[in-house]
Amino acid sequence: MIKKVRERLDGNSFLLMITILLFIALYIAGVLIFSDKNFGKPQVFFNLFINNASLIVAAVGMTMVLITGGIDISIGSVIGMSCMMLAWMMEKQGMNPVVSIVIVLIVGGVFGLVQGFFVAYLKIQPFIVTLAGMFFARGMTAVISSDMISITNETFLKIANSKIYLPFLAIVNKKGNLVYPYIYPSVVIAVVILIVAFIVLRYTAFGRSIYAVGGNEQSALLMGLNVRRTKLKVYVLNGFLAGLAGFVFCLNSCGGFVEQARGFEMEAIASSVIGGTLLTGGVGSVVGSLFGVLIKGTIESLITFQGTLSSWWTKIVIAALLCFFIILQSIFAKLKDKKK
Amino acid sequence: MSKTQEIVKKITGYHLFWPLFCLVIVLLFNLIKTPTFFDITIQNGVLYGYLIDVLNRSSELIILAVGMTLVVAASGGTDISVGAVSAFAGAVCIFALGTGETYQIPYIFGVLLAVLIGALCGAWNGFLVAKMKIQPMVATLILFTAGRGIAQLITGGNILYVKVDSFKRLGAFLPGVPIPTPIFIAVIVVIVTSLILKKTALGLYIQSVGINAKAAKLVGLNATVIQFLSYVFCGLCAGIAGLIITSRIYSIDANNAGLNIELDAILAVALGGNSLGGGKFSIAGSVIGAITIQALTTSLYAMKVTADQLPVYKAIVVIIIVALQSPELKKWMKHMRVKNSTQNVERVVEQ
Repeated sequence: MIKKVRERLDGNSFLLMITILLFIALYIAGVLIFSDKNFGKPQVFFNLFINNASLIVAAVGMTMVLITGGIDISIGSVIGMSCMMLAWMMEKQGMNPVVSIVIVLIVGGVFGLVQGFFVAYLKIQPFIVTLAGMFFARGMTAVISSDMISITNETFLKIANSKIYLPFLAIVNKKGNLVYPYIYPSVVIAVVILIVAFIVLRYTAFGRSIYAVGGNEQSALLMGLNVRRTKLKVYVLNGFLAGLAGFVFCLNSCGGFVEQARGFEMEAIASSVIGGTLLTGGVGSVVGSLFGVLIKGTIESLITFQGTLSSWWTKIVIAALLCFFIILQSIFAKLKDKKK
Repeated sequence: MSKTQEIVKKITGYHLFWPLFCLVIVLLFNLIKTPTFFDITIQNGVLYGYLIDVLNRSSELIILAVGMTLVVAASGGTDISVGAVSAFAGAVCIFALGTGETYQIPYIFGVLLAVLIGALCGAWNGFLVAKMKIQPMVATLILFTAGRGIAQLITGGNILYVKVDSFKRLGAFLPGVPIPTPIFIAVIVVIVTSLILKKTALGLYIQSVGINAKAAKLVGLNATVIQFLSYVFCGLCAGIAGLIITSRIYSIDANNAGLNIELDAILAVALGGNSLGGGKFSIAGSVIGAITIQALTTSLYAMKVTADQLPVYKAIVVIIIVALQSPELKKWMKHMRVKNSTQNVERVVEQ
């Protein structure tokens, strides 16, 4: 029995366990410390999702790319460009929101396709290709408009601000009314993407081939997998998800400006790493990345609740956590080597 | 093969051919677009002109690119923390020197402190990569995230200014010298590094560790120490670059000092024809790469491209240059050429 448990808890799933436990510990700590400020309200938990919906979508795409052993540092810029495109198309061109969203998603996919072609078929290092992509998308954002555009389209704002009340976890407020926690449509999108990605990675041939390519490209090739096409598909998917993350981001910010979502790619990478994804490829899960995002969100809300700490503490604490996880991962990797 | 073909092949086969070729193209483009680009004049006893500006502005990039080259060569990974480390080192330096009318501590100590902070950050990265065997990008992601946070912690989230005039010299001009100081510093760093690598076997060691760390270990090289040292050196370079960056604007803005410069440094290494996978490297290539990037930026400014639209053109040029150097594309083109020539032969035979 114990052996079975131990077998199931090999290095990687053990790391995932630690990530989840750490999230729970952080959250409980928050509930205990800030009980007077209502940290324990269910709404605070759902706010984590509301604030980080686009990061969840972006981290899902990033995780897939990282599993293939690649990297994509363009997504922050693509998100910025998507927001700007949405704002520009709806405000300056008077286009239909649905059409605009579809165009943004297509542009994201095409962006991924081009990057994927360079990475998979021309064999240029993904870091450099997506670095160029990053420059390009950020520059295009400025070409579209260097001024900030706020979205005033009614349909779009309606989607962005429609609260969806959850039918459970109600609490009684001061007036004695039942208050249900709510989420926004952005959270629904993020959760759906997460579930779909989980199923694809776990149960489809495409998902397994992503792991195979990342684990050992040579073996995957010898197994008869089309390594190039798998990589291309992953980059296209990631580009599409970056476009979608841009839409979700826009639902939150309701506007476009040049500096938007700068550094988002590193947040997505950090979340994935905290969630147990290895940058060498072959290892990782979207569930881990979700908890990586949630941990980051919890730290942010802890610092907001504390009130007197400055915003840069978020960076320092996240870096410390990142450090903790990375060293833990390396220790596990060493232990595994010894066992062999 | 005729003799001219042989010569052409020899020239294009030279490892610095492509990087130099790209730089020349960028400069030639300027000759057509902005005829005044190559003019150098003397105003107020100092040199002025686009070319001087390119060299001056590329100084910190050259310094960072030199450090980055060694890191890439030895560990096959990139150090993405150099920008944040530069800001950190600059913040510490200005904090220590103080913002009063005179320095709190002697200037030289401030400089040493910045370089020391850089080297310490490099040592931390090196420890994680060489000793703990963590992928370089992940290991340096820690300082990438924390570096600016710590710098802001030191400056209290404010922009600190230095009021003493001599602080500007490092980023501008030494009295009586017409050439900007950063150029001197960059030249010194490049020469010292090349001398160390050429005169000792360190350059060879770094290459062998980068190509195959295990094999290098088997021949008796201490791969861990060599990788560690390359990171320390890269951090040191970041410290020096941080000094120049802060001295240029005689202030430190922890959020924006050296923002995204790590990306340009990595780009410089790649444009210089170095593989980001480690192994063989060329310092000269990286220097040329850094100058190419700055030449491109300056020439685009000269053509009245706004700062925020600049990345578009940069991206296009980068992708063209990198694609040109891609072995896969070369293979493909060769294949096409062979196919064409065999078709020609067939046609001749048919006739």
